[in-house]
Amino acid sequence: MTYEAVIGLEVHVQLKTRSKMFTRAAAGYGHPENTLTDPVVLALPGTLPVMNKDALDKIIKAGLLLGCEIAPVCKWDRKNYFYPDSPKNYQISQYDQPICKGGSVEIELPGPARNIMGEHKSVALTRIHLEEDVGKLNHGDGASLVDFNRAGTPLMEIVSEPVIRSADEAFAYLTALKTVMIYGGISDCDMEKGQLRCDANISIRPVGQAALGTKVELKNLNSFSFVRDGIAHEIRRQTAVLESGGKIVQETRDYDGQTGTSQSLRSKEMAHDYRYFPDPDLMPVEVDQRWKDSIRATCPELPFDRQRRLQAEYGIPYTITSVLVPDRDLGDYFEEAARLSGKAQAAGNWITNDLLRELGAAKKSLSESKVKPVHVAGLVKLVEEGTILSNAAKEVFVDMFNTGDLPEAVVARRGLKAETNLEDLERWCAEAIAANPKSVADYKGGKESALNAFKGPVMRQAKGKADPKRVDETLRRLLAG
Amino acid sequence: MPKPEDFNLDHVANLARINLTEEEKARFASQLGDVLTYIAQLNEVNVEGVEPTAHAFPVVNVWAEDVPEAGLSVEDALRNAPEKRDNMFVVPKVVE
Repeated sequence: MTYEAVIGLEVHVQLKTRSKMFTRAAAGYGHPENTLTDPVVLALPGTLPVMNKDALDKIIKAGLLLGCEIAPVCKWDRKNYFYPDSPKNYQISQYDQPICKGGSVEIELPGPARNIMGEHKSVALTRIHLEEDVGKLNHGDGASLVDFNRAGTPLMEIVSEPVIRSADEAFAYLTALKTVMIYGGISDCDMEKGQLRCDANISIRPVGQAALGTKVELKNLNSFSFVRDGIAHEIRRQTAVLESGGKIVQETRDYDGQTGTSQSLRSKEMAHDYRYFPDPDLMPVEVDQRWKDSIRATCPELPFDRQRRLQAEYGIPYTITSVLVPDRDLGDYFEEAARLSGKAQAAGNWITNDLLRELGAAKKSLSESKVKPVHVAGLVKLVEEGTILSNAAKEVFVDMFNTGDLPEAVVARRGLKAETNLEDLERWCAEAIAANPKSVADYKGGKESALNAFKGPVMRQAKGKADPKRVDETLRRLLAG
Repeated sequence: MPKPEDFNLDHVANLARINLTEEEKARFASQLGDVLTYIAQLNEVNVEGVEPTAHAFPVVNVWAEDVPEAGLSVEDALRNAPEKRDNMFVVPKVVE
């Protein structure tokens, strides 16, 4: 029997705010333990929560970018559970009135090859709601240690419909979601810093069956590739269970990316009875048209829209846009270089090949690059005008990368100007031919390689600054005459 | 609204992670039953046409701008902790 997988993802994304969701203690990652707390974070008696306006702006922005309906009114609920990562013994969340409903994420599936665009699909969302993050537990000898730095950080939960069909689709979904969040300045989505976390609900069913199979929740998917590998593993596991006549048990499983195995989380078998009720400490949020419009005005072009525009507007291929677009800053960099040089393809080549290679080798970020769009544009122009040859241009690029000098300055300093005096070239070629009658005879007798005998003397005359292609053409023309 | 007789003390104790003796269970069941019966009087109120709300006042959008303020020092944060280690709160081992 052939089975198909049905996958829904719950993605938690920390919002990039300076302070916490319901208090003004600083939010952040990598600080010494318990240095980002205040009485509200620690739930000391008598404290009251106050919403963070920027967190609301950011989730509305996320909702608008993903085409969600923004609820005109939403409220806050308490999700009650006893666990030491939550000092209040409840988490403030949104239960039946999330701020964003519906929406979708455009994804790109892997293409037949790296340089060929894959199929695009739309993954429907159920909802996005806002809540607060919990503290971090460190398990030590005979005790657990709690750090509340993360507690209270604004956290979005983005819930997809169960419409994802494979591990690759889940990976593509996360990638697309992350790119949109970064474009919107909503979150940095660094999984290593816990800024994006993903749980997957996975079931399988015989192809053609309408009813869903028993679902298993997979947790601890703490990198993009672990999400893909974990889901692929779970689909294989469920298929093996069903094929051997077994039954899938509804459970939560923990995926270990290091070993590629999963195990049931038996301790979580306790009833999920969160006894949600409206939080009396917080007033509802009312989002009117004006507020939405003001956020919409700050929404950037969506990544895939930008990719389509770059390909249409500049005529550059997928191989370049697929590198430029996922990184908003790199895309901006390219558009400026393309505008300044008027040669998008050449600018795109320099950026995606040489700039990224040099940045990678130097372990530098784009913002640290001494080569700015104006440098790239200048270099493109010098090559285009024939002022320098492509070999020299490579040298100029590396020099600019190290010194930050403009290309014209590097060319002058290093004496890289190409020999463009065509009369000189013509004369050197004629001289080389006149000086070597044997090779002329060989060439005319059909020996193609005899041409090389003339090139050495010409390049020597040109001090290496002649365009080899042009030398070749000139020699052939003169010999044919 | 659930009826007082639906109240399950064992379930609530389990969620609250507390162990109760038989004697405590009998005492709390009776006390909580009284509380629930008292509250259940609200069921007699006619709320036809009344919008459910958690608040008595129609106030919305109470917020603060996202400007961090000084929080607690680690020493102050941990001051009331029954046990601390490495600047963290020590709790009974939680097996994940």
